[in-house]
Amino acid sequence: MRLVVESLKVIRGSRPVICGVSATVAGGEALLLTGPNGAGKTTLIRTLAGFLEPASGAVRLEGGDGEREIAQQCHYVGHANGTKSNLTVAENLAFWARCLAAGSETSSIAGRVAAALAGLGLEPLAGIRAGYLSAGQRRRAGLARVLVADRPLWLLDEPTASLDAASAVLVAGLIKAHVAAGGIVVAATHVPLGIDGARYLRLGATAEGAASPSPNAPPSSIMPPARGGGGKAVR
Amino acid sequence: MNAFWTLVARDLRLAVREGSAVGTALGFYLIVVTLMPLGLGPDLRLLSRIAPGVLWIALLLAALLSLPRIFETDHEDGSLEVMATGSLPLEGAAAAKALAHWLSTGIPLALLAPLLGLLLNLELGAYPALVTSMLAGTPAISFLGAAGAALTLSARRGGLLLALLVLPLYVPTLIFGISAMSAATVPGQGFEASLLILCAISLASLVLGPVAAAAALRLQMQ
Repeated sequence: MRLVVESLKVIRGSRPVICGVSATVAGGEALLLTGPNGAGKTTLIRTLAGFLEPASGAVRLEGGDGEREIAQQCHYVGHANGTKSNLTVAENLAFWARCLAAGSETSSIAGRVAAALAGLGLEPLAGIRAGYLSAGQRRRAGLARVLVADRPLWLLDEPTASLDAASAVLVAGLIKAHVAAGGIVVAATHVPLGIDGARYLRLGATAEGAASPSPNAPPSSIMPPARGGGGKAVR
Repeated sequence: MNAFWTLVARDLRLAVREGSAVGTALGFYLIVVTLMPLGLGPDLRLLSRIAPGVLWIALLLAALLSLPRIFETDHEDGSLEVMATGSLPLEGAAAAKALAHWLSTGIPLALLAPLLGLLLNLELGAYPALVTSMLAGTPAISFLGAAGAALTLSARRGGLLLALLVLPLYVPTLIFGISAMSAATVPGQGFEASLLILCAISLASLVLGPVAAAAALRLQMQ
């Protein structure tokens, strides 16, 4: 399985935010999107999820389920967590487990919810309404969604925003485990996630704010991983 | 189908826990109808003549008040986008949410109407017709309203715009709802015909509403 992005161009409000980005991410690889604010990281992730129509170019998931759109094969965790304040953490996850189920899961809903709670250290909070959680706890409840259904592609927009160091390590562990199992992860991030072997795609913003690939490199080249585990790629 | 009923159950559970939305709609209905006799004076014959119209129009306004709730919170907390990646198509999700709105708001409003009919000296023979016509007509209010709510989702303070968009669509429901009630008090006046047309309008909006709502939601996500 591989995710192919071909000379993608996305226009937001008459301004090209993403211009000629190409990338290929194979199963078992993580692609980290970096770049300054306004570089188009969120736009790229939302385009991959199918929420935004590209002006030109294409996004394909090769070797996936041909019957389904990419949206139905991905876990999307955006800036908003998608947790309901008036449902408990466990109820939120049980709802998403039913809603996002790919149909190939073997364990029961309760089993998957328990595994997701354990995966993000949320067991003590399972019975608490999400509205009473702190920002970081709510973020973890939102991220736990990726564990309640089997989907090959994870699209994470700043997954570690408002997380403490211990939780960030937990999230990095989940990403590594998913990649090791042959999945694909595309994550936008400002901070090193600490994922060895991850590839980097640096989206750059010009003075006008319109993103274009680095001038010195071929369009949207993918930088090799920085040494020392998780530094940002140098232009 | 499983995902559909899961979403309906979740929205009903949220409606019960949040309570205020349904409570506001019911309270608004009560207040508007109560104001009528106070404004028009205690002329019982006049009140009983205008009762069907007042009950229906106040019901439309009360339902309108609760429409933004259908998608608003899901839009704000990001649930809508995650739903768009779910196994249920967005049309199905919109239908489930509209159905939950009808169950949690439409039915309670229709069941409150006969109580309010007492305040307006509604003719005794009209009560069964009142409840049946409202139960038959309120699905159209929820399903057409869902399309309007989806369209005005990202317009800040879109409540007024929603009223302008949606109230004209409610005209057929209003006309046949009232004609069903006036026919019910006079035998042989074709109550059934009006009721069937009400059902037809509701069934048509059951199909068209979610499609329009899903299209609007996709636009909102851009």
